[in-house]
Amino acid sequence: MAQIIIKNLRKDFGNFTAVQSSSFTIEDGEFFMLLGPSGCGKTTTLRMIAGLELPTSGEVFINGEEVSQKRAAQRDIAFVFQMFALYPHLNVRQNISYPLKSQGMPKAEIKSKVAEVAAILGIEDILNKSVGGLSGGDRQRVALGRAIVREPAAFLMDEPLGALDAEFREHMSQELRTLHDQMGATTVYVTHDQLEAMKMGDKIVVMNHGSVEQFGIPQEIYDWPASLFVADFIGSPSMNFLKFHGTVSPGDTNVLLGGQLFDVPAQLQGASGNLVFGVRPEHVSLNPNSRFRAKVIATEYLGTTQIVTAETASGVLKARVPANQIVNVGEAVGLDFDPRTITLFDETTGGALLSKANRKVLDHG
Amino acid sequence: MSGFSVTEPSKRQKWISGLLVITYALVTLMPLLWIIATGFKSPSDSIAYPPKIVFQPTLEGYVNLFTTQTRITPNMKDTLPAPNNWYEQIVRDKNMVIAGPSRYGQRFLNSIIIGFGSTFLSIFLGTLAAYAFSRFKVPIKDDLLFFILSTRMMPPIAVAIPIFLMYRQLGLSDTYLGMILLYTAVNLSLSVWLLKGFIDEIPLEYEEAALIDGYTRFQAFYKVVLPQAATGIASTAIFCLIFAWNEYAFAVLLTSGEAQTAPPFIPTIIGVGGQDWPAVAAGTTIFLLPVMIFTIFLRKHLLRGITFGAVRK
Repeated sequence: MAQIIIKNLRKDFGNFTAVQSSSFTIEDGEFFMLLGPSGCGKTTTLRMIAGLELPTSGEVFINGEEVSQKRAAQRDIAFVFQMFALYPHLNVRQNISYPLKSQGMPKAEIKSKVAEVAAILGIEDILNKSVGGLSGGDRQRVALGRAIVREPAAFLMDEPLGALDAEFREHMSQELRTLHDQMGATTVYVTHDQLEAMKMGDKIVVMNHGSVEQFGIPQEIYDWPASLFVADFIGSPSMNFLKFHGTVSPGDTNVLLGGQLFDVPAQLQGASGNLVFGVRPEHVSLNPNSRFRAKVIATEYLGTTQIVTAETASGVLKARVPANQIVNVGEAVGLDFDPRTITLFDETTGGALLSKANRKVLDHG
Repeated sequence: MSGFSVTEPSKRQKWISGLLVITYALVTLMPLLWIIATGFKSPSDSIAYPPKIVFQPTLEGYVNLFTTQTRITPNMKDTLPAPNNWYEQIVRDKNMVIAGPSRYGQRFLNSIIIGFGSTFLSIFLGTLAAYAFSRFKVPIKDDLLFFILSTRMMPPIAVAIPIFLMYRQLGLSDTYLGMILLYTAVNLSLSVWLLKGFIDEIPLEYEEAALIDGYTRFQAFYKVVLPQAATGIASTAIFCLIFAWNEYAFAVLLTSGEAQTAPPFIPTIIGVGGQDWPAVAAGTTIFLLPVMIFTIFLRKHLLRGITFGAVRK
């Protein structure tokens, strides 16, 4: 239905820059996640795509047409608000038909459209109810109904599950994803929940302090984070950062950490000074023969796995190991890292150092 | 039955609280009931001492209120044809005949036109201004709002003389337009501030949803914001109407003929045919009705208006 291109988009509120020079492309039919902590500019970006906020500079293309200064009504998009924003003085049917009325669609046609949408969402039985008495999930469905009924070029959703309780979020997120797959419409979805973003999105943009930190498919972002921020923000528990002081030269395949040489993917970029050795908890294993020693300070049992927190000479680290492995608090253990998955960061710039392993992911972004 | 749990009050407690409420209501309603009762007394009953609680009700006060009368001699009375209806009969019994309608009806109509006219204008302008203050970036917004509020910091009558002179110059004295403008000017600060509070409470998302659904800013305003502000508009309207309806000082000062409202007219009844208290009371009773009806009509909104914000999630 629509491809959305964001070019050098910027938004200033007085002296405060909410979004600085964002650029990314949302392909037709994609389920696209804008992810970041609160205040990172993701909602402002979405509102600029919708036309609820006019950018200070930059361009927004929807289906090849530059719309950044156009009114929201002229952009052929639908918006789902976190608080749903169902018109409280109208009932469910009137809420869903509201966007069609503004187009001047004949009554009979509106009626059949609303019926069609209600059937898709399974809300035929509440069409004549007032929106005040609906449960959170039903409100969400009505809000979706109001968005779907127009068959817009794109759906923009601002934390649509944020107001639901945890149990129901799970269910609605599946419902939403299924709905998207049925309709195939481009969807831009704002969330601060990295799990939700990973689970639902085809692609993710990670934002921080108003700028895009990384842009790509969930797996690439998880495996090969472009910055310390992304590595920390994505994943639970997040990536371990072992700080060390040293020099890395292009071509290096190992680094010295706590007196132990560790293999890393072949480096393509040199750096020196304060560096960070990044490794995901699931790529840490306990190996009694390793000379990299640590003291276990806590264990958390999670069913099939457990999280072991251990103190090393380079800082505290978490390892995800099988639940049946016996680990006792206070015990001294040796640690090993899966060399293929290591990312090195420059602590001063916060950026990841290019290696043969992450080159493919980071070069285009 | 712990001291902390909310329990159903006992029969005796209900009795006592009921008695208290009724006593309080009687005390506060006493003047009102007295006025209503006086309206149905004969002039002699109305000034009887000790005051009469039980009396023969008569509509004489109402007839006197709405008519002007002339005294006739008993001889003349005999030559006249029999009275056509009950009110002519009442007048004839006092050896009087009806000379024509009094000016009360006209004055009452003036009150209706000026009271409701200024209320409508206050609400119309107030809603638009409040919406702009609530939603748009208005330069020096805070100063403007303070300026609007500051017009309420002195009693309006403090500016009576300048207004009197201005109105005479402009030819606005004793006109509907002049009185409507004056009451609107006084009420506008109240309506802007009250309505801004109500509109601030309406989440922005509703309008944004409407904008995205294809409506213009103005359509979003009247199709989405207005219905939700109805509560606030209703309660603000009641406050505006009560002020404009009851205003006495400016009405005395600025109106005397064409545009005179009921409040300055009612006391003039006293001077006409001696102290005709039943007619004054009748005029007051009728004068109370429109605001009462208006308030009862909007009562549901008013109650919600007062608790607005307190009970909203």
